[in-house]
Amino acid sequence: MDIILIFISAAIVNNFVLSYFLGICPFLGVSNKTESALNMGLATTFVMTLTAAATWPVWTYVLVKFNIPFTQYVAFIIIIAALVQFVEMFLRKSSPDIYRAMGIYLPLITTNCAVLGLALFMVLRNYNYVQSIFFGFGTGVGFTLAMLMMSGIREELEFADVPPVFQGISITLIIAGMMALAFMGFAGLIRG
Amino acid sequence: MTGDIVVISVASMGGIGAALSLFLAYADKKFKVEEDPRIEGVLQILPNSNCGGCGQAGCRMFAEAVLVGKVPITGCVAGGQAVVDGLAKLLGVEAQKANKIVAVVLCHGGEKEALKTGIYKGEKTCVAANFTSGEKACSYSCIGYGDCVEACKWDAMAMNDNGLPVVFHDACIGCGACARACPRFIIEMHPIEHKLFNYCRNKDKGAVARKVCKVSCVACTLCVKDCPQEGGIDMIENLAVLNYEKCLQDTDAPIKRCPTKCLLYGEEEKMTKAFYYASLKKPAA
Repeated sequence: MDIILIFISAAIVNNFVLSYFLGICPFLGVSNKTESALNMGLATTFVMTLTAAATWPVWTYVLVKFNIPFTQYVAFIIIIAALVQFVEMFLRKSSPDIYRAMGIYLPLITTNCAVLGLALFMVLRNYNYVQSIFFGFGTGVGFTLAMLMMSGIREELEFADVPPVFQGISITLIIAGMMALAFMGFAGLIRG
Repeated sequence: MTGDIVVISVASMGGIGAALSLFLAYADKKFKVEEDPRIEGVLQILPNSNCGGCGQAGCRMFAEAVLVGKVPITGCVAGGQAVVDGLAKLLGVEAQKANKIVAVVLCHGGEKEALKTGIYKGEKTCVAANFTSGEKACSYSCIGYGDCVEACKWDAMAMNDNGLPVVFHDACIGCGACARACPRFIIEMHPIEHKLFNYCRNKDKGAVARKVCKVSCVACTLCVKDCPQEGGIDMIENLAVLNYEKCLQDTDAPIKRCPTKCLLYGEEEKMTKAFYYASLKKPAA
């Protein structure tokens, strides 16, 4: 039961992008086309799930056991960087088109604050291993959801009559604000 | 005790790093991407200026696309005949004639012709000035702060003394950077065969357009009647629009009766780089 709660909490109620404002740069940068937004979301979900799966053992069996929790940022960043590198190799081999469409935003997952934020929240909230994996996966799903909604709206926006001063990034940020406002409706449904 | 912590942290960080690098080294072997060795050869032929004129994201993308046949070998507009010949030889296909494309500035309403009704004191770039209506009364005209000239990497454009950009017909390689830089979309890319242009983009009714500029298209339809080919010129939204598929461009007949002389024939090819700089030295009488 608590696994489902953690998943829904991470994906919708406490959505990392729209409630915590983490991982905004790909949210604005890669959301102009639904296809690349979906691929970015999937890649980030993959990295997030693996991050949760890899950082939890390192945290529990290395950092806590040897009493060196002060190295957590370094350890987590190294793990995240290695995972992103792996995703990049994998994508380059399996689908070069997606690799090209994501461009610089793919390596930027390394410093995506949502991914590090996920690892830190996981430690802070004392999740066990299964909970951590579902937390990571839920966060990724929430990120993908936000990306998809944004890209859908932005694609429709191409045909809308936007006043000249709002065109481009300003209307995008206004929409992001409205989406965050809409997600405020979920606030408080689930704790944590 | 303090020494222990140092040793332990160094060892754990090193251990994590070593484990991850082993994993990545294995993954690199497993997911190695074989690249087409001909890409390097194609890149040596291409101009490598990454101008974007071909529509790809750079010369490397073009090289990859041309090897799989996604784009024709004439796709590189910047390279001209030499690149087309080189690619034809390398790829073993028939040599073709290169498409030469040049930029055309479709506004002749400069300082002398256009009516000015405003004072603009902001940033002197067209993109910024386009948020206001600019200095000129015509809201379709060239703003005249030279974003296009700034965008041209080939030294093929200049602002003339009338406050209008000119394209040097011989120097323009057709990358289209100027057309993308213009916030009012008055620069179009045309094949070199096109000679007849309507140098006005004002879509207002004739009486309104005439008030704001001496060389505006007033939609009188005389050129439509005078064009020897049926349907060669259409009147769309108070503008004479050339239908380059039908209008054969072989005669200057349509421009003869144009009351405002916004329709001109063979004007572009006069403006070569040498001609422009010669005209700067000797001001026209």
